[in-house]
Amino acid sequence: MAITKEDIERLADLARLNLTPEEIEKLTGDMETIINYSMNKLNELNTDDVLPMEHVLPISNVFREDICEKSFDREEILKNAPEKAEGCFLVPKVVE
Amino acid sequence: MKLTDLTASMAAEKIKKREISVIELTKAYLERIDELNGTIGAYITVCAEQALRQAESVQKKLDSGEDILPLAGIPAGLKDNICTKDVKTTCASKMLDNFLPPYDATVTKKLSESDVIVLGKLNMDEFAMGSSNENSWYMPVKNPLDHERVPGGSSGGAAAAVASHMSCFALGSDTGGSIRQPASFCGVVGLKPTYGAVSRFGLIAFASSLDQIGPITKDVVDCAMVMNIIAGHDPLDSTSVDINYPDYTTFLNNDVKGLRIGLPKEYFGSGLHEEVKEKILDAVKAYESYGAIIEEVSLPFTEYAIPAYYIISSAEASSNLARYDGIKYGYRAKEYSDIIDLYKKTRSEGFGTEVKRRIMLGTYALSSGYYDAYYKKALKVRRLIFEDFQKAYQKVDVILGPTSPATAFKLGEKTANPLEMYLGDIYTVSVNIAGLCAISLSCGFDSKGLPIGMQLIGKPFDEGTLIRAAYTYESNTGKSGVTNCGI
Repeated sequence: MAITKEDIERLADLARLNLTPEEIEKLTGDMETIINYSMNKLNELNTDDVLPMEHVLPISNVFREDICEKSFDREEILKNAPEKAEGCFLVPKVVE
Repeated sequence: MKLTDLTASMAAEKIKKREISVIELTKAYLERIDELNGTIGAYITVCAEQALRQAESVQKKLDSGEDILPLAGIPAGLKDNICTKDVKTTCASKMLDNFLPPYDATVTKKLSESDVIVLGKLNMDEFAMGSSNENSWYMPVKNPLDHERVPGGSSGGAAAAVASHMSCFALGSDTGGSIRQPASFCGVVGLKPTYGAVSRFGLIAFASSLDQIGPITKDVVDCAMVMNIIAGHDPLDSTSVDINYPDYTTFLNNDVKGLRIGLPKEYFGSGLHEEVKEKILDAVKAYESYGAIIEEVSLPFTEYAIPAYYIISSAEASSNLARYDGIKYGYRAKEYSDIIDLYKKTRSEGFGTEVKRRIMLGTYALSSGYYDAYYKKALKVRRLIFEDFQKAYQKVDVILGPTSPATAFKLGEKTANPLEMYLGDIYTVSVNIAGLCAISLSCGFDSKGLPIGMQLIGKPFDEGTLIRAAYTYESNTGKSGVTNCGI
């Protein structure tokens, strides 16, 4: 299956990436090689009757009692923020 | 013999007998790092002051006659995707170059409660994506045995630090071979524990259903001792398994009589380098002479493991790495027009080439119209691979084969062709796909003097058998990796 530059541009938008023309060029080739190899290989197998396996363990959600516990200090969490103001994360305007 | 040549168990013994002090040992490692790190590039961050402070406090404990724990005072390094409170944790990415975690990972906490001295944070492939450690944003790591060659990856800094005695042991992480393959390339011991045996709380996620933290050590004894510290149930990790974990040192027995070892015929076919094959078969003969029973087994779905792995791991990565948006922590682009532009510029400037490639692959596999054909298909194949091992373990107790098809390759040799790089993971990825445990240990050298690693793969939560089998080999051959490397 052919991967086009348009495919790569659409995916980059979904993944929130800006790619340079050189990156698009290289990725188009790389992705086509990797995806064609992978899918040609996997499609050798008939898996109609096989159940997908997301996880090796029979895991289920872990609950705890709904009790307030001590959490992080606000300043402690904000200290990694690239921009902050008045105890909040600072972001560009998102609503007009 | 230098202090830094000692294994963790040997150094711990000397500390307890007061033959050496914790401060003296810590200083010896810091000096070694000063001397070698510029060339090898194993550490991203060295915590000299903190390490010395900790060393003094452990020595005080010892001097006051308090009982100390088995690895108290032993200096170790942590892969830089394991969170350390207020110590930079970068994942070797520009994205997290300034990230100071507000908390310790569970394994970090366990090490410090065991009075292990943390020397610093170890280099890796960016976000643990890579097999050569060339994808670090800071610098590539060099193989201590040959500086023109890679140390393997993604825990390349961890393996190189242990091999070059810049760290007495290290913790790495393994998503598709990232502990075992660098251990193999550097001639040290690396264990990938069973999925769920070691808490992932505070391990920066790459592919959550595959990631697992494990030890990289100088020998098998140290491996068992480190497992005693890090294994165990953790309520903070919902995938942590609540069972009784054994004392792994009780498996340090030089005895494999009657142990059934399976050789998967698919692991010895074309693609396996002749010299590697030879040394692995020598090890098989050795096991036979120790009384193990060798049987051929078949893992027919082996050839499908790489495509399934790269689809599943990239899909999970694209989802996990969506959190890097330049808002709460990490890098933020300097100029942007609106919020979407902020996200895009931040991510484009913050991530390296391989990380972008995996995010794109994962986005593709999960995008509407392709989800069933790609992602779901890979998950179905995952079950087939899982069942392959279940069948094999009806016949044998442990599976033996190579860790990697070849020994350490040259820097730059495989960077142009990502698929070729991925194919080198053929013997390691199945273990993560099936959630099993596996250990890599050195079983000799090729004609260039580069170490060859053999891999023992165990049933879920049967690390004990791996330790017993590996210890038996090591005791009888004296091939505990680094001690033979002469670095």
